[in-house]
Amino acid sequence: MRFSIFSLLRHAIGGTPWPEQWRSPEPKAAYDVVIIGAGGHGLATAYYLAREHGIRRVAVLERGWLGGGNTGRNTTVIRSNYLRDESAAIYEHALKLWETLAQELNYNVMYSPRGVMMLAHSVHEAQVFKRHVHANRLNGVDNEWLTPSEAKAFCPPLNISPDLRYPILGAALQRRGGVARHDAVAWGYARGANALGVDIIQNCEVTGISRMPSGPVNAVETTRGRIAARKVAVVAAGHTSVVLAMAGVRMPLESYPLQALVSEPVKPVLPCVVMSNSIHAYISQSDKGELVIGAATDAYVSYSQAGGLHVAEHTLEAICELFPTFRRLRMLRNWGGIVDVTPDRSPIIGLTPVPGLYVNCGWGTGGFKATPGSGHVFAATIARGEPHPIVAPFALERFRTGALIDEAAAAAVAH
Amino acid sequence: MTQPFRTSEGGRIDRQRPIAFEFDGRRLTGCHSDTLASALLANGVHLVGRSFKYHRPRGIVSAGAEEPNALVTIDRGNGRITPNLRATQAELYDGMRARSQNRFPSLSFDLGAVSNAISPLLSAGFYYKTFMWPRSFWRHVYEPAIRAAAGLGRAPAAADPDRYLQQYMHCDVLIIGAGPAGLAAALAAAARKARVVVCDEQAELGGSLLTENSEVEGKPASDWLVNALHMLRDADVMLLPRTTAFGWFPGNMIGAVQRVTDHLPDPHPRLPRERLWHIRAREVVVAAGAVERPLVFSGNDRPGVMLADAARTYLLRYGVKVGSRVVVAAESDSAYAAAVALRQAGIAIVAMVDRRPAASDVARSSGLPVRIAASIADTSGSLRINRATLSNGEKISCDALLMCGGWIPTVHLFAQSREKLRFDEALQAFLPGVWTGHARCAGACNGAFDLTACIEEGYAAGGANGQPQRARHPECAPALPPSVHKGMAFVDFQNDVTIKDLRTATQEGFRSIEHVKRYTTTGMATDQGKLANLNALAIVADLLHQPIPRIGHTTFRMPYTPVTFGALAGSARGDLFEPVRRTPMHDQVAALGAVFENVGTWQRARYFPQGSEDMHRAVARECRAVRNAVGMFDATTLGKIEVTGPDAAEFLDRIYTGSLSRLAPGRCRYGLLLTEAGYVLDDGVIARLGPDRFHVTTTTNGAASVLHHMEDYRQTEFPELRVWLTSVTEQWAVIALQGPLARQAIASHVQDIDLAPDALPHMSVREGHICGVPARLFRVSFTGELGYEINVPADHGPMVWQAIHAGNVTAYGTETMHVLRAEKGYIVVGQETDGTVIPSDVGLGWTIGREKPDFVGKRSLARPDMLRHDRKQLVGLLSADLLEEGAQVISDGAGIGHVTSAYWSETLQSPIALGLIAAGRSRIGEILHVPMPDRTIAVRVTDPVFYDRQGARLHG
Ligand SMILES: Cc1cc2nc3c(=O)[nH]c(=O)nc-3n(C[C@H](O)[C@H](O)[C@H](O)COP(=O)(O)OP(=O)(O)OC[C@H]3O[C@@H](n4cnc5c(N)ncnc54)[C@H](O)[C@@H]3O)c2cc1C
Repeated sequence: MRFSIFSLLRHAIGGTPWPEQWRSPEPKAAYDVVIIGAGGHGLATAYYLAREHGIRRVAVLERGWLGGGNTGRNTTVIRSNYLRDESAAIYEHALKLWETLAQELNYNVMYSPRGVMMLAHSVHEAQVFKRHVHANRLNGVDNEWLTPSEAKAFCPPLNISPDLRYPILGAALQRRGGVARHDAVAWGYARGANALGVDIIQNCEVTGISRMPSGPVNAVETTRGRIAARKVAVVAAGHTSVVLAMAGVRMPLESYPLQALVSEPVKPVLPCVVMSNSIHAYISQSDKGELVIGAATDAYVSYSQAGGLHVAEHTLEAICELFPTFRRLRMLRNWGGIVDVTPDRSPIIGLTPVPGLYVNCGWGTGGFKATPGSGHVFAATIARGEPHPIVAPFALERFRTGALIDEAAAAAVAH
Repeated sequence: MTQPFRTSEGGRIDRQRPIAFEFDGRRLTGCHSDTLASALLANGVHLVGRSFKYHRPRGIVSAGAEEPNALVTIDRGNGRITPNLRATQAELYDGMRARSQNRFPSLSFDLGAVSNAISPLLSAGFYYKTFMWPRSFWRHVYEPAIRAAAGLGRAPAAADPDRYLQQYMHCDVLIIGAGPAGLAAALAAAARKARVVVCDEQAELGGSLLTENSEVEGKPASDWLVNALHMLRDADVMLLPRTTAFGWFPGNMIGAVQRVTDHLPDPHPRLPRERLWHIRAREVVVAAGAVERPLVFSGNDRPGVMLADAARTYLLRYGVKVGSRVVVAAESDSAYAAAVALRQAGIAIVAMVDRRPAASDVARSSGLPVRIAASIADTSGSLRINRATLSNGEKISCDALLMCGGWIPTVHLFAQSREKLRFDEALQAFLPGVWTGHARCAGACNGAFDLTACIEEGYAAGGANGQPQRARHPECAPALPPSVHKGMAFVDFQNDVTIKDLRTATQEGFRSIEHVKRYTTTGMATDQGKLANLNALAIVADLLHQPIPRIGHTTFRMPYTPVTFGALAGSARGDLFEPVRRTPMHDQVAALGAVFENVGTWQRARYFPQGSEDMHRAVARECRAVRNAVGMFDATTLGKIEVTGPDAAEFLDRIYTGSLSRLAPGRCRYGLLLTEAGYVLDDGVIARLGPDRFHVTTTTNGAASVLHHMEDYRQTEFPELRVWLTSVTEQWAVIALQGPLARQAIASHVQDIDLAPDALPHMSVREGHICGVPARLFRVSFTGELGYEINVPADHGPMVWQAIHAGNVTAYGTETMHVLRAEKGYIVVGQETDGTVIPSDVGLGWTIGREKPDFVGKRSLARPDMLRHDRKQLVGLLSADLLEEGAQVISDGAGIGHVTSAYWSETLQSPIALGLIAAGRSRIGEILHVPMPDRTIAVRVTDPVFYDRQGARLHG
C-alpha cells in the first residue's frame, strides 16, 4: 500500500482502516542474518540487505520497541562536512541518500536541508574550520566560511555582538546539512524492511551469542528463545560492548550519557541549525516549533540515562548567550541516551575476529546523520563477507594498526 | 462590580482590591488573589485559546498545572514577553496584559480553523504519508507551511532584561506539596527537630485545604491550616510558596523553581525574576496531590467543558461560578461533592449524568437530578457549550459541563526518582510502588483520598521511621474505560489527539505505548499529558485487549512543569558567563595599547599597535625588535605544575617521552606528552629544581587537561609512586625576555643569579631574586633568540614588568610569538598537531628516551601505521603569496596534506608556512600546489627551520 495524498483521501472518505506498517511476528527457528538492535542503523541494514542483496530471511531483534534507542532520542543534526577523507566519504554517501530517502521509502522522513552553521569563537577555531572548508572542497562536500554578519543574516536571532564573552569570529556553513524526523527514519525503514519480508521482533533481548566449536557464530540466545543464524550483525549502539562480550569480543568503547532537551513550541524563530563547540551547545527548531537543544556528554561513563541537572544548565547558559531573546522560553522535556564512544570518535564497522559476526557501532554522539549510508554499506559488507570500500578504513583492526580516523581531535565536534 | 460570575461572598480573593487587566485588548477587572483564569471566568470568559492542530476553540479546563488549553502570552513590555503561560497558574496583577495564541486574525474568528474542516485527512501520522511529491516541495512549500501553522506563542524579539539566580540548600526533609498530607508531614518532621523545607507551586500554601469546608481534627479546615502554618513558622521550617519542584536528580537532589516577581505589578529592580533551588535532601516526602481525570466523549473539548473539581475550586477559592446551568458527567462520587457545592451557591445543576451502572449511596442521597447508566454522547455550541446530548438521546441545554473520571495521583516526581510505580486496580491509576527511606509519598499522590487518611499518612511520612501506611479506601469508584464514540472525542486536548487517532495508531502496528505516544503525539504537549496519558493508556489497553499494567506507562521526564531557560542559566551571563582570566600584568599590558584575544578562558595580548599601525605592521615591528634587540612577552598563561616527591623523576619518566630522571638539578628539558594511543597531547619545559622537585610548564590550553592526565595516571596506573602534583599556574607571573639584548635588559634587575653564559647556559634554571622579590629564572627560548623567562610571585608581576619595560624593551604579543617560532620551525600543539600526530611526524622523535623501559604511548608508537613511510610530516612551505592556514596541499590532483601555520616573515622578508605533508621530508625541494577557490598557489617544500638552522643565536 503506497502512502500519498490519495491514500489519505481514500481513508478519510472511506474510513477504511490503515494496514499495519509492520507485522509483529513470532521469531522463526533460523535466519540467514540476525541483526541485533532495531535502531535506525539496524533497520536500515535489514532494509538494504533485502532490497539490494536479495537476502530476505532476516530478523531484526530489539529488546524494547523499535527506534527507542538513540535513534528516537537524538537531536537529528545531519551534515557531511567532516575533515578526514574517510569520514567525508561515509557521511557524504549518507547525505546523498538522505536527499531521496522519503521517496525511496515512501515515508516522509522530513529531511530538511536548512543549513548547519558551526560558530568559531577563537582565532584557533576559525583556523580549524577553514581547514574543514578547504578539505571539504577537495572532497566535493559543500561547506563555506561566513563572516559574523553573514552568519547573522543567515540566522537572525544570533547574537554577534563583539562584547560577548566569546564573540563570534565567523562560521562554517553547510547548506545541505539540516535535520530530519528521527522516528520517521526508524519507522520508514521498518515498514520498508517488513514489506520485503524482514521479521522485526520487538521485546526480544539477546542474552547470548552461540558459536560452533570451530569458531563461527551459529545462533543467538534471546528472551524469546534460541534463534539460529548464519550471520549475526550487532548494531546495539551504547550496549554494543555488552553484546559483543557475549561472543568473547572486547570492544574499545566507552558508554556515556548524552542529554538533550526541548523548549515549549513557539512560532518559527530559528531557520537553521547552529552549533557551537567551544561553548558546548547546539540548537535547531523542530517543525512542531520546539527548540531542540543538545549538549556535550556527561563527564563520566555510565549506563544511566538520567543525567545531571548541571549539564542542562551549562548548555542553556551557552544558548542564552548566543540567543539572548530565548532566555524567557522554557524547557519542556529533558532526556538522555547512552552513546558508544571510540578512542578516535569514529565508528567501527565491519568484520570481527569471530567468523560470521559483524559489528556496526561507535557512532557516539553523531551517528544519526549516517543512518542511511551506514545501513547501505554495512548491508553490502554482510552480504559479501568483506568490507565495502567505504567501510574498510573503519575496521576494528585500526586500533591495532594505529590507522585511526580522528575527527574529535580535528574539530572536537561530533554531532 | 462588573464581574457577572463572581459570587457576592466567600472564597479567598479580596473583593476590596479590584485589579484591572487586559485580555486580547479587552479591559476587564478581577480581584486580588485571582489567577488570570479565575478572573476571566468571573467575567464569563471561557474561550481562551485555539488548539495546536485543528485550531479548535478551547476554554479553561482545570485550575492548576495540568491545564492543557488556557495558554496565553503575558506581555510586560520591553523584552518581558512570555509565551505559553498557563492562565490557571498566572497570578493576576494590576495592569496585566495577556493575549491568546495560535490564532489569526482573532480568537473568535481563526482562519487556521480550516484544518478542523479537513480533520479526517489529518489523522495521526498523516504527515509521514504525504508531502513527498514533488521532492523539492518539502523544503520550499510544505515544510514552511507546516512550520508556520505549528508553534504556540511567539518567542520575544528583544533580549530578556530580567535576572535569575540560583541557590543551593541542604535539609533533612524536603516536603513537596503543602496540602494536608504535606503539612502534616512537615509538622511531624519539625517535631523531631529535623531541618525541614516545604515547597508548593501555588501562591498560597494549603493545597486542598484551601477549598475544604469540612472539619480537620475537630476544627474547621481553614483554622487547622492557619494553626499548622503558625506552628511550622515557629519551628523555623522554611516555607517556599510559588516554588515548583520540577526534577529529581541522583542523590536526592531536587531542582525547584521559585517565581519571585511574576505576580508583582511593579517589582523592585533588584529582585530576580526567578530563583532556581538545588535542594539536597536526606529524605524527600512527595505530597503532590492528584488531578482529576477528564472524560473522553465527542465534543469534550468545547469551551465550558471542564473538570468538576476545578469548578469547585473556582467557586470555593475564587468565588467564581463557572456557569449558571451546569451538567455534571460523573464516573466517581467526588463529582457529587462538586455538584453539591455548586448547587449551594445557587448554580442550577440541570443533570448529574452518572455512567456507573447503579446509583451509589452518595448519588442517591444527593438530591440531584441523577441519570444513572447514562453518559455524554455529544455536545454542541460554537465558541461555548450550549447543549449536551446524552447517550439516551436526551438533549439538555447548559452553559457548562463538568467532568469527573476519578483521580490521577501526581506520581511524576516519585517516578523520576527511579523508583517503580505499580498499577492500582481499585483506583485504575499508577501509584508509587515500594519506597525507600529516602523517597516517601503521602496523601492523594499516594492514593489516599480521604482527608483524615491524608493527614495520617502525612504524619507517618514525616515521622522518624516514617513508613506511611496506605489508606486503601479511595472514596472514588474506579474509573470506567472510556466509552468509544463517533465524532471527535479528545484524549489530548492541546495536541488534538482523538480516540480515532489512537485506534489508527494501533491498527498500523504502533502497539508499544511509547510508539503510540510518538505516532499520535499524545502526552507530548506542554502539559506533558498530565490529563491525557492515563486515558490514552486505558484506551490503548482496550483496543489491544490487554491489561493496563502489561502495556506500562511512558517515562516521566523532567521537568514536571516547564522551566525558564533563564533560571537554568542563572547568573552565568555576560561577564559571568565564564569568568575571564587575566594575568597579573593585564593592566600594564592594556595600558600599552594591547589588542587582546581569547585563548581558552584567558585573555592574551595579541599585538601592540602604535599610532595607526594595523596588525601586520605592528607585528613586523615587534618581530624586528626581538630579532635585533629585545622584546618582552607576558607568558603567564602557560600552565605550570609543580611535581614533587621522592618518585617525581620516575613519574615524569613515565609520563613524558624524555628521560627526565637524568636531568641534573638546575637544568631544563623540552618534553612531549603522548596519549595512550601515541599521539602528541601537549608539550612544555621541564625544569629540575632539586632531586625531588620539578617545575613543569604546559601549553595555555593544556594546563587543566595535562594536570588531569597526570592525576589520572598517578591515581589509577602508578599509585605506588610517591609524587604530588600541584597546579601553580596562577602562583607565578611570567615575563619572557627574548632577543640578542635580553641579558642586558634584565642584568640590572637580577640580584643573586650569575647570568654569564657558562653559569646559566641555554636550558637551565636558577632560583634567586629579581627586583628584590624571589624568582625562578629560566633560560629558555621559543623564538630562537637568547631568551629568559622570569617567574615571580603573581602579585609582584606588575612591578617587575614595569621595571623591565622602563629599560626600553618592546612589548610583543602572541601573534609575534607565533611568527618567530614558525621561523624556527617550532610547533604549536593544536596547530601543527591535531590528535593524529606522533613525535616523529613533527621532527620530535629525538625527544624520546630510547633506553626507557616504558612511557605513556610507547607501545602505540610501535604499531604498524606509526612506522609507515608515507605518514604526514612537518615541512616548511615557501610560496610567493601568503598561504591560508588550513588550506590543502595537493600533488598530482590528490590531497596529501595541509598548511598548519602561515605568516609573513619580517626576518626573511617573505611569506613562510609550515605544513603536514605525506612523506614530506622526502619531498624537500618539490613543487606542490595549494588550491584556493579562485586560483592555485605553487609552493616549494623546504626544511621547517627557516632561520638560524644551527641554533647559534640561542647560545648567545
Ligand atoms: C541526546 C542525543 C543526541 C544526539 N544527537 C545527534 C545528532 O544531532 N546527530 C547525529 O547524527 N547523531 C546524534 N546522536 C547520536 C545518534 O543518536 C546515534 O549515533 C544513532 O542514532 C545510533 O543509531 P543506532 O541505530 O546505532 O542505535 P540505537 O538507535 O540506539 O539502536 C540500538 C538498539 O539496540 C537495542 N539493543 C541493545 N542491546 C540489545 C540486546 N541485547 N538485544 C536486543 N536489542 C538490543 C537497543 O534497545 C536499541 O534500540 C545523538 C544521540 C543522543 C543520545
